[in-house]
Amino acid sequence: MGIAETYSRGRRFAVDRPGALLLAVVGVLLVGDLLTGLASGRTAFSDVGSLVWDGLMRGLVIGLAGIGLSMTYSILNFANFAHGDYITAGAFSGWGTTYLLAGLGRADVGSLLLVGAGGSVFGGALGIGITGTPVAVVAGLLVAGVFTIVLSLAVDRFIFRPIRDEDGITLLITSIGVAFALRYMMQFVFGSDVRGTTAQPPAVSLYFVDGAVRINMHDLTLVVVAGGLMLGVHLLLQRTKLGKAMRAMADNEDLARITGIPTERVVRSVWIIGGGLTGVAGYMFVLWKGTLGFNDGWLLLLLIFAAVILGGIGSVYGAIAGGLVIGLTASLSVIWIPSAFARAAAFFVMIIILLVKPSGLFSGRSTA
Amino acid sequence: MSVREDLGNRMPGGDAGLIVAVLVVLYVAYVLAGVGLGYSLRGQLNTVAVLTFYIGAFAMLALALNLHWGYTGLFNIGIVGFMAIGIYVMALVSKPLYQSGGAAQVGGLGLPIVVGIVAGMVAAALLGLVVALPALRLRADYLAIVTIAMSEIVRFSFLSGEFQRFTLFGRRVGFGGGSGLILDFTDPLQAFFETFGLWNAYLGFVDAFGAIVPTNPKPVVDGLVYGLVLLLFVAAYYWLLKRTGESPFGRVLKAIREDEDVANSLGKDTNQFKIKSFMLGCALMGLAGILWFMTQGAVTPNTFRPRITFFVWIALIIGGAGSNTGSVLGGAVFAAVLYQGPRYFKNLVDAALPSFNAPSSFGPAVAPLLSNLNPAPLFYYTVDSIRQLQLVLMGLVLIWLMHNRPEGMLGHRKETAAGIPLTSPRTRTAATDGSTGGDEGGRPTDAEGGEGGERDE
Repeated sequence: MGIAETYSRGRRFAVDRPGALLLAVVGVLLVGDLLTGLASGRTAFSDVGSLVWDGLMRGLVIGLAGIGLSMTYSILNFANFAHGDYITAGAFSGWGTTYLLAGLGRADVGSLLLVGAGGSVFGGALGIGITGTPVAVVAGLLVAGVFTIVLSLAVDRFIFRPIRDEDGITLLITSIGVAFALRYMMQFVFGSDVRGTTAQPPAVSLYFVDGAVRINMHDLTLVVVAGGLMLGVHLLLQRTKLGKAMRAMADNEDLARITGIPTERVVRSVWIIGGGLTGVAGYMFVLWKGTLGFNDGWLLLLLIFAAVILGGIGSVYGAIAGGLVIGLTASLSVIWIPSAFARAAAFFVMIIILLVKPSGLFSGRSTA
Repeated sequence: MSVREDLGNRMPGGDAGLIVAVLVVLYVAYVLAGVGLGYSLRGQLNTVAVLTFYIGAFAMLALALNLHWGYTGLFNIGIVGFMAIGIYVMALVSKPLYQSGGAAQVGGLGLPIVVGIVAGMVAAALLGLVVALPALRLRADYLAIVTIAMSEIVRFSFLSGEFQRFTLFGRRVGFGGGSGLILDFTDPLQAFFETFGLWNAYLGFVDAFGAIVPTNPKPVVDGLVYGLVLLLFVAAYYWLLKRTGESPFGRVLKAIREDEDVANSLGKDTNQFKIKSFMLGCALMGLAGILWFMTQGAVTPNTFRPRITFFVWIALIIGGAGSNTGSVLGGAVFAAVLYQGPRYFKNLVDAALPSFNAPSSFGPAVAPLLSNLNPAPLFYYTVDSIRQLQLVLMGLVLIWLMHNRPEGMLGHRKETAAGIPLTSPRTRTAATDGSTGGDEGGRPTDAEGGEGGERDE
């Protein structure tokens, strides 16, 4: 191992992968800019800390919602564009429940079930939060998960199953139809206004070098729920036969069926796990950011796609890791570019990843 | 031989005859509905003008998408981004120079409209190149995600304050940000006629039209003439794409659609072909965006949401990917039935029940139904929110089509690959097929079983 060998290897890398090299240079420049900014006091440590925390939270939501998308993508072989509207549907069902439990007796049932459509009830006025109304929040969380499971199973039964054997593009186009039908049905029922859903949660300020990073109770709830569910999915896929069957199906469906794996039952399990996680993610997303609108899921969907592709389609860890990277990118990018382009930056990272490593970071590890 | 094909062959005038027949049916339906409601002549003419406008716009967009998806197999779901680039760049070039005190916050470069249109098309094609270079190497579903992400990036960019106002060549220009951009260039129709020195003749024609519509005939005539101009553009698109499809270039595109590896192994640089096809389609989408929005007076970035892309895709799928005639028909049927139809229906209800008072949200609409079985408020609310429900309807139509008729009305029709007719005029069945054996073409559905078997033998 001489210097010459290292040199020639480096040179080969530079010739073979100019894109990756360019990317590395850009990355080093950005980090260098950040470090000089921190050293010169141009950028405050606490600001960066707040952005990192914000990005982590966003990443947890994206990762949690991404697991379901990643699983259906690898096992059913299509990009489900209705996934974003499953998120919204879960959020509306869960928040309807939370409003009902938190506000029973203080407002009429209809307005509560419609999550205060048309400004009839306000979540802040009901004092909704994990500390203020813990029972309502936990019940809403469960309802969101269960409702989304039922919804995704119903959609699968009546819409996706009859055309299961078609190619991925046919299913993709169909899922776009599902997405629009669901989204505008929700707008029809719940209205188009973005409503505030929570009261101000209690928060702690952590001292960080030159300022404070605020962490509130909803952030911590998100960490607990998302972390717990991710661990649960990990154990489920690693320790049970279902996980093995799913990996087999993702690899080769015909072979899996021949060896006696009940593929339709596995598909149903995929929708149950994925749908449940998606609904919970939708509910937690709204709890964390404190507002709810009928477009939320759709706007999140492209970031989720970015995360899933970044992590490698079919990989659960990839979805989580990709979610964190995309969340951090969307949050931290405002250090260097105007905040209007934060979401554009996340898409841009996805496009770069598609160029440099189209199979994703955790490629070839389907559903494990 | 299926009924569909039989109809196509028997129709006098062939494809053009079919298109005209469908258009006549749609117009007659609209006019009859108007007559039934006692619309004035002015109202009828306006209805016809608006209908023509949307038929033209969707037919153009469906034709451009057909080049991408129907011919080359490129899954582009970022159409609206190319339209936005087209109209915004066109506005930047053609808006008059900035003058303080005017209504517009920013000016343009003050160049003629034709220059602006060309600039808009070039910009859309260049954006297509930027998207295509990385994305064409990817799988179809990745291209889909990249293109839709691109269209959202375009929308965010126009929304951002950074591009609201800037200086270009020493001029104060910009895209207006979230509050929109006023399109204060010369009326395109006026510019069009002035180019040929016909503006005064046109004004004379408008005056003569006053015999039919006595008061203020100009807006009515403008609408009708602009609709006609759009239909001329549709014809031009059709001709261009037909020529492209029948050229050696187009044959390679179809080969790529069917099997890219085969085309590659025959020595065709498929990436080159795909990029050219993609750029051409993007330029055409940019032009369609310009023609759609340049008479609207102002544009805001949030007009360019992905739902317009979704509209165009439904139009293409209704008509049938792979067929230019189908694209035009799909655009016309979509515009008349799914896009304008529900809105027209709302107008009909408004006219029939002039005094109805729709509830403001779903709660008050449902409450009377539950408490004393009074469905009227829910009905009024439904009619009032028809613009949302028509998207639900479109989604369901799309699902239905993908289940039952994924090839649309005229999709994957047999197209002769050779430049000269291969059969004697009396037997017209032996034309070569662009799709036999392909994944999409060989699908043995019940309706198509007989035809597919005949085709394969």
